[in-house]
Amino acid sequence: MALLQISEPSMAAAPHEHRLAVGIDLGTTNSLVATVRSGATTVLPDSLGRPLLPSIVRYHPDGKVDVGFAAQARQAADPRNTIVSVKRFMGRGLKDVAHVENAPYDFVDAPGMVQIRTAAGVKSPVEVSAEILKVLKSRAELSLGGALSGAVITVPAYFDDAQRQATKDAGKLAGLNVLRLLNEPTAAAIAYGLENASEGVYAVYDLGGGTFDISILKLSRGVFEVIATSGDSMLGGDDFDQRVFCWAVEQAKLPPLGARDMRLLQMKAREAKEYLTFHGEAPITAKLSSGELVDLTIDTETFCSISQTLVQKTLGPVRKALRDAGLTIEDIKGVVMVGGATRMPQVQRAVGEFFRRDPLNNLDPDKVVALGAAMQANVLAGNKPEGEDWLLLDVIPLSLGIETMGGLAEKIIPRNTTIPAAKAQEFTTFKDGQTAMTFHVLQGERELVSDCRSLARFELKGIPPMAAGAARIRVSFQVDADGLLSVSAQEKSTGAQASITVKPSYGLADADIERMLRESFEHAREDVHARALAEYRVEAQRLLEATRSALDADRNLLTPEESSAIENAMQALQKLLPETDHRAIKNATDALNRATDEFAARRMDQGIRRALAGKKIGSF
Amino acid sequence: MNAGAARALTSSGLHNHFELFGLVPAFALDLEALERSYREIQSRVHPDRFAQAGDAERRASLQWTTRVNEAYRTLQDPVQRGKHILDLRGVDVAFETNTQMPTDFLLQQLALREELESAVSRKDAPALDRLRADLSQSKKALESQIGIAIDANQDYAGAADLVRKLMFLDRMHAEIVQAYEEVE
Repeated sequence: MALLQISEPSMAAAPHEHRLAVGIDLGTTNSLVATVRSGATTVLPDSLGRPLLPSIVRYHPDGKVDVGFAAQARQAADPRNTIVSVKRFMGRGLKDVAHVENAPYDFVDAPGMVQIRTAAGVKSPVEVSAEILKVLKSRAELSLGGALSGAVITVPAYFDDAQRQATKDAGKLAGLNVLRLLNEPTAAAIAYGLENASEGVYAVYDLGGGTFDISILKLSRGVFEVIATSGDSMLGGDDFDQRVFCWAVEQAKLPPLGARDMRLLQMKAREAKEYLTFHGEAPITAKLSSGELVDLTIDTETFCSISQTLVQKTLGPVRKALRDAGLTIEDIKGVVMVGGATRMPQVQRAVGEFFRRDPLNNLDPDKVVALGAAMQANVLAGNKPEGEDWLLLDVIPLSLGIETMGGLAEKIIPRNTTIPAAKAQEFTTFKDGQTAMTFHVLQGERELVSDCRSLARFELKGIPPMAAGAARIRVSFQVDADGLLSVSAQEKSTGAQASITVKPSYGLADADIERMLRESFEHAREDVHARALAEYRVEAQRLLEATRSALDADRNLLTPEESSAIENAMQALQKLLPETDHRAIKNATDALNRATDEFAARRMDQGIRRALAGKKIGSF
Repeated sequence: MNAGAARALTSSGLHNHFELFGLVPAFALDLEALERSYREIQSRVHPDRFAQAGDAERRASLQWTTRVNEAYRTLQDPVQRGKHILDLRGVDVAFETNTQMPTDFLLQQLALREELESAVSRKDAPALDRLRADLSQSKKALESQIGIAIDANQDYAGAADLVRKLMFLDRMHAEIVQAYEEVE
């Protein structure tokens, strides 16, 4: 009976096959990798049993790279080549980066995204992040005993399009098949909700090392629906360290510090902050390169007072998210705390006072995001656990729009719209005989273009000349399930259609990624073709498997001719699989994809009809 | 229904969002039934269900989910829902072109706006709370009037005027929400 047929045949893995999939929390301070193994979700530790990987990358002049604890140990000795908190620079230009003056790097202002000059050459934040991801990937493959079929990487919910695209590019550069970008608070809600079988409206307060998110979610019958999200992608635990650091500099009356001393004192400031979570006061002692000894003690009261404005700063987005959700604190059933920075007692206190209830801390705030991502990765990889049929509905955090006359931003897709989403708007020409039109794509809430983030500029050419106002140019925005935008524009009034589709420009083109892969030290000896062949084979096998199970389930939707056309395309591809011509495999895969277009559409229609049939039976 | 509107209906291939969810078109909608139906459909078409499928299915999934989200958003929002029903009935609400409103309504709106400005200049958050609560009341009242006009009386022209009023109140609401950011 239709009502009972919840699982779609194409999603289920072939029997006895478990695909290796992981969730990765690519954090500002620490990163983790987790997986679902025999039904249990666990964080995968390194060979010494340490679950966290410090998100620190050190470049040597010979091109060798240290990641994690080894890099961390040398950060004060080699600050210029040891990159910490690289997440702050993802998808950001030099002017967007806070505290540049306190970062000891040799920044290179590149278009779109800032870069850093190291002993091993100029590195983009995407490359630095990819180093962290590579280590987690090999950790997982070693621990799970096989190649990964895919990974879910988490991003702050408040990350804009540029920051998301940069993260996805880093995943690709690390050789990962990125199944999905997942918002960190949403990942935490999955882990928390599935663990506690929660129902109702929850707030997730996620204060990480460098970013702050607040998400309001409705949990009911296996659906995790984000109602509203807000945050600050430039606010996190690092800023508390910074306050302690500045306090210490002031107290010790220190002159402007060199890179090494600065990093040393920043490390001491962080240690003091962490110590204050469990103690009334903390020492800050450091021997500077001048020989001068800094010897200070900071107490809880001082720490609370110098960091009070930071704690208060998180509550603005919390209020905004509640208002956007149309809810008050009485509607919130629980507040889940996520991120290492929520360990600070003053943060716990402020959140508790605001929501008038004790925050929920029963999952490790450092691990909960990776655990939730692993659960999502497991589902996306097709290892759907029996009876665990949950669905995630997320939103975009910031409005997307386009520049109109007078430097104003016109919103096309408002913030908190459920993704995937699409919207089209029509524009017209301004001058007689105008044959080209420039579009400027923006993200943000402000009215002035200069206050929004510029995502892309592109030009539609070949508009047939006509009177001003006569052309009809339709601009379509599409946001996919990763929250990533693509924009297309088309002239509609004449048969001659000028059209263009763009991905915002800071994202790396696939060709760039291939070049970086080729250039990167590790892959220099690897045969790029062998890699492409392996990837296309996996893709081809996946498609064959999906098509086979679709035919098994729904062959009745096809005429015998249609069915044999698909079978032919499958056979053609199957025959090519053992061959080594990766282009031929790719072409045959594309051909099979085209051959199943109509079939896919019919299956989808059938799915909807069944859903409606199920609903009607259920509601009477 | 005039000829122009009828042509627009057929040529643009207007989707009936109610049909998509298996619901009878009505302004006074059972929002819980809508939500159930929405989730049921999403659980079948969402891209998460097709992560391992071929390109064709993934594309179809993206298109369907996008459409279902759009339809859900439209039906959840009273202004958009009203506009959609009236579109289906061949009546254009004409948000952009028809800005003529009764004088007493406009005066009321002006008074509200002045109150808002004064609350902002005093940085008076409780005053904003009150304004927002009052506005919610007015919106509710207007929504039940629209329900009667559309569902009971089939007075679509009258309903169009009421929907336009509701849109004014929505804009006012957005301004109040925005104002909190200046006050806080």
